[in-house]
Amino acid sequence: MSYMPARNHAAYWAFAAHRLSGLALAVFLPLHLYVLSMAINQAALNGFLDWAENPLVKLAETGLIMLLAVHLTGGLRLLALEFLPWSEAQKTRIALAFGLALAAGLLFFVLAW
Amino acid sequence: MSTATVTPRGGRLEAWLYILQRLSALVMAPLVVVHLMVIMIAVQDGLSAQEILARTQASSIWPVLYGLFVAAAALHGAIGLRAMVREVLTHHRTLPDMVALVFIAAVLLLGFRAVAAIA
Amino acid sequence: MTSNRDAADAKPIGELQVSIWRGGDDGELQTFTVPHYESQTVLDVVTWVQHKLDPGLSYRFSCRVGMCGTCAMTVNGRPRWTCRTHVSRVASHGALEIRPLRNLPVIKDLVVDMAPFFDKWRDGRGYFTPSQAGSLTVAPVDGNSPARKLASAAIECIGCAVCHAACDVVAWQPDYLGPAALNRAWTLVNDERDNDRSGHLAAVAVAGGCHGCHSTGSCASHCPNSLNPTASIAGLKREVTKAMLKGEL
Repeated sequence: MSYMPARNHAAYWAFAAHRLSGLALAVFLPLHLYVLSMAINQAALNGFLDWAENPLVKLAETGLIMLLAVHLTGGLRLLALEFLPWSEAQKTRIALAFGLALAAGLLFFVLAW
Repeated sequence: MSTATVTPRGGRLEAWLYILQRLSALVMAPLVVVHLMVIMIAVQDGLSAQEILARTQASSIWPVLYGLFVAAAALHGAIGLRAMVREVLTHHRTLPDMVALVFIAAVLLLGFRAVAAIA
Repeated sequence: MTSNRDAADAKPIGELQVSIWRGGDDGELQTFTVPHYESQTVLDVVTWVQHKLDPGLSYRFSCRVGMCGTCAMTVNGRPRWTCRTHVSRVASHGALEIRPLRNLPVIKDLVVDMAPFFDKWRDGRGYFTPSQAGSLTVAPVDGNSPARKLASAAIECIGCAVCHAACDVVAWQPDYLGPAALNRAWTLVNDERDNDRSGHLAAVAVAGGCHGCHSTGSCASHCPNSLNPTASIAGLKREVTKAMLKGEL
């Protein structure tokens, strides 16, 4: 059975979000650092930043903010799960982690426009 | 005392990598919060190279924080990618470690170049 | 006679289309039409097929009351103990798909080879190490001590391998000890009568040990006895980390 209902529960979705956001951030990070090193030459960085004013790029940036926030809040949840005594409130924490990340993304979306 | 007589498979490498993964996460958590806050503030009136440099050159604390951020992210991402490659390509012995080493080298190189550029 | 109901003492309330795995790892599904009775379990259905339609169907069961852990199968995509799983709760539009447990070699039909599963209990050092060989005195254990409470919370495992089948890391990492073996190790780490705590920690601090767990929680959400191997494994990670940072491991 290719569809796996055994995976359809909150903790699995939290794992999937953590893994996929981690992978995306790992791919993005070298590009981000490469662009930042353009700051040696201010004109080059400004050229890039002008390009980044494009609405599509801003939408992509909103996605990146959300990925970073999801990985942050999900990661803090995992640290609490592993290093603090077990809590039965895992579903609440997962919802809180996703909620905060979504809020961060929306805040960026509003502020960047 | 331990009565284990067999040398553990792979030694304690996995356990050490786990500890480094969590330590680098602990180091990065407050840095990511600061990073997100700076982004939210800076993005409001558009970004420019002058503005970014004015901020990062205002205090020597920024290059230090970003340097720490780069080192932790290089380690954290490398260990994470290694786990993913191990799980997807189950029978590949060397590729997971290769991917991790290439990632850590690339992020350290690009990262410290970027930190030097904004310092 | 086993628990399957004959028409003599109950009337069917409907009909089920039951697809059952036949053959080994490269087998295929075979569909049977089976009468649906009230309070019928998935194990009842499999037994009915074997008694009435195909005596060659292989499956395992022993106690039929959720004690022994031998009748676990994959039912409509989820690993379950079939003797305590009512058809009415899992059938989808009158259809059941019954496969052998995932992550273990299929011997035939619904029977898997449990040896790799229990080998991992051994590799994870899931056995008690007495402090005094042959002692006739009973060690006093305070049932309310924090360590005993942790051990007791994880002790009621029936070895059914439902968690092992539910876990993706077991599928992705063949040497991963899995939720059942690690949960067992956790009970021994917390057992104050056990004489080899660091031996238990050492056995799970290896490649394939507790650090492979990604807390996907599929073990805990499928354990028929409501145990939480994810919590047990988190405890192992914590104790191994402490021991390693102290230089004890």
